[in-house]
Amino acid sequence: MKHLLKFFFFSLAANLALADEVQVAVAANFTAPMKAIAADFEKDTGHKARLAFGSTGKFYAQIKNGAPFQVFLAADDTTPARLEKEGMTVPGSRFTYAVGTLVLWSAKPGFVDARGEVLKKGDFAHLALANPKVAPYGAAAVEVMEKLGVLESLKPRFVLGENIAQTQQFVVTGNAELGFVALSQVMKNGKVGEGSAWVVPAKLHTPIRQDAVILASGRGNAAAEALMKYLKSARAAAIIKSYGYAL
Amino acid sequence: MLSDANLAAILLTLKLATLVTVILLLVGTPIAWWLARTRSWWKGPISAVVALPIVLPPSVLGFYLLVAMGPNGPVGRLTQALGLGTLPFTFAGLVVASVFYSLPFVVQPIQNAFEAMGERPLEVAASLRAGPLDRFFTVAVPLSSPGFLTAGVLGFAHTVGEFGVVLMIGGNIPGVTRVVSVQIYDYVEAFEYADAHILSGIMLAFSFTVLLAMYLLNPTRTHK
Amino acid sequence: MIRARFKLAFPEFALDVDLDLPGRGVVALFGHSGSGKTTLLRAIAGLEKVPRGFLEVNGSVWQDAATFLPVHKRPLGFVFQEASLFPHLSVRANLAYGMRRVPAASRKVSLDHAVELLGIGPLLDRMPGRLSGGERQRVAIARALAVSPAILLMDEPLAALDLARKQEILPYLERLHEELEIPLVYVSHAPDEVARLADTLVAMEQGRVVAQGPLLETLARLDLPIRLGEDAGVVLEGEIAELDADWHLARIAFAGGGLWVRESGLAVGRQVRVRILARDISIALTPQADNSILNVIPATVEQLADETHPALALVKLDAGGAPLVARITRRSAAKLQLQPGMKVWAQIKAVALVG
Repeated sequence: MKHLLKFFFFSLAANLALADEVQVAVAANFTAPMKAIAADFEKDTGHKARLAFGSTGKFYAQIKNGAPFQVFLAADDTTPARLEKEGMTVPGSRFTYAVGTLVLWSAKPGFVDARGEVLKKGDFAHLALANPKVAPYGAAAVEVMEKLGVLESLKPRFVLGENIAQTQQFVVTGNAELGFVALSQVMKNGKVGEGSAWVVPAKLHTPIRQDAVILASGRGNAAAEALMKYLKSARAAAIIKSYGYAL
Repeated sequence: MLSDANLAAILLTLKLATLVTVILLLVGTPIAWWLARTRSWWKGPISAVVALPIVLPPSVLGFYLLVAMGPNGPVGRLTQALGLGTLPFTFAGLVVASVFYSLPFVVQPIQNAFEAMGERPLEVAASLRAGPLDRFFTVAVPLSSPGFLTAGVLGFAHTVGEFGVVLMIGGNIPGVTRVVSVQIYDYVEAFEYADAHILSGIMLAFSFTVLLAMYLLNPTRTHK
Repeated sequence: MIRARFKLAFPEFALDVDLDLPGRGVVALFGHSGSGKTTLLRAIAGLEKVPRGFLEVNGSVWQDAATFLPVHKRPLGFVFQEASLFPHLSVRANLAYGMRRVPAASRKVSLDHAVELLGIGPLLDRMPGRLSGGERQRVAIARALAVSPAILLMDEPLAALDLARKQEILPYLERLHEELEIPLVYVSHAPDEVARLADTLVAMEQGRVVAQGPLLETLARLDLPIRLGEDAGVVLEGEIAELDADWHLARIAFAGGGLWVRESGLAVGRQVRVRILARDISIALTPQADNSILNVIPATVEQLADETHPALALVKLDAGGAPLVARITRRSAAKLQLQPGMKVWAQIKAVALVG
């Protein structure tokens, strides 16, 4: 009996001592999958991930100014690399947690064909994309159009969203007939929901690598390390893929 | 120091703010007049609607404008029927949105000035053979001039500083809807901090000068 | 002729008036605050829109069931209680404001005349903020005159002024009365102003007219519903008949005889009004020679009435056709056995010259 009790208290204490919290900054486009992953993460490990969603650029500025995030899931690979160069991360912790898939989407069914010929036909007034200066999906969209030889002719019709969420708003409300957004935004139950879409082949643009990294303030945080490990697990991979990302 | 892109953004912003201020003074004055003098029970609801942009987050206003002005919204259908296309992503759309957004900042100072003036000067003018329009221009406007000045400056400054609404419906098109506030935001997002500082500094200096001039020139300081 | 029919029933103010007033001279709308006199004046001006009211001024219909002439189309002049000069205009510009809006052909009062009448020549280039209360009110009156009005309306123009300012302005108002042919409707709650200026008295209470008529006889009514209290008295008209240089007195001849007053620089032959308060008249059955009272007038008792205080009584006397009202105690009235028809002597202690 005494041994049973000792064992009980020991494991309880061990669990309590081991259960940590980690503050995570997450790129807005990864909101839905991350929520699902965090829920499973807590169930499986007991650690709790506190999530904050926002634009990568803003997170960079906040982190540089001392924001208390311990793990950073960016929308690109350049920002984590920059932080690494500036010594704000745990070296060696950076890896690509997802690869974004670009999709040309319209709220109107039948407007976008399955091969993106609508771009060459040019039968529209406004084409929405994320600001290529600040959003990787926007930069990728520009690359695609350049490769297809339609960039110059379509440029006057660009409307720029600050991020892909806003870009999608332009298209959903019909103000832009079509636009380049992330596949994860328009996926429902494993395929494109409403409207019409062309899933852009990955070879047409530089891969949209989304990197994760442990920040300096997360050094030694058991939950941070556990989260990074969890993101590479099969469980997480399944979730990520189901939201339209590649790995 | 001032790149072409920055200059374009500044000029666009000034053009927008000037046009919006003029429109608001013309549109807002009758509204302020009615609100100051009516005894109808509509005064409450209309005052609340006019004041909404003060409390609404700009992104909310911007979003509803985006939907309303889009091809499926009531305003959008109207503009399309008139052969004008839709308003989002156009300078005209920004003007319309800014007019809504800065409305209370123009209406309220003018309304307060009219209320402070009261009924008496107008009764006197009427007893001296001045008809309604005559009374308005020769008595009401001069006696309320500090209110008009405040309204003009506030309307202008508020439009210059506007960000959320422009972001929602502007589409960030260079030379058309890329105003200074959005430009600065973009510089920050792209880590181009030097440019962000320059543009912000210019706007800060400009705004301060305008406000300072207004306060120094304010007529109430020179009355006995 | 001014014919006014107005009916208003609001919780804050009520008006129920059916009036025919002379279209000449000074009509005083008299009553305590809340009596409706200002509301009536504003209704005549058109500043208060009384639904289904009727107003005809010297032959023109200003309001009836079908029409309502807006204020700025009515040929009136209005003087408000607080001068209400335009603060952004100089005195000269204030005066010119109305005048400019009257076509040159219809201008009957010249700016110079109005300025001279109110003595505001030295003030023309000042801003209203730099004028005293009395000066402001004189400018306001001149401004109202400058539109050559067919009728002048004044809403308690002296109420906001102190005694000295009032005394300063009253002579100007009297001059107006003498020199202008246009009717003046004057609202006041001050009996002394009414006594000095009015030709016709309209007494109001709670929005209704309770007495109206020529000033002299209306004021002398014992049954005047408006209790004048200490201000009860009569106004008489007379002429300066004689001056006594040695004693600095002047004798005023009136219907009942003569009254000696302090001389005030007025010449013989001058028409004047005098006011005698009821409390300054005592009654004797025989004339007393050995007392200090100068003015002892023979009169007949016409009527007796109670005063608000049970100790007092009012006695109306007829002095050669001119009415006098005396206030004495009921005890004295009983002691003297005063009856209508009795011949008595009115001993008048104080006579005020009111212009």
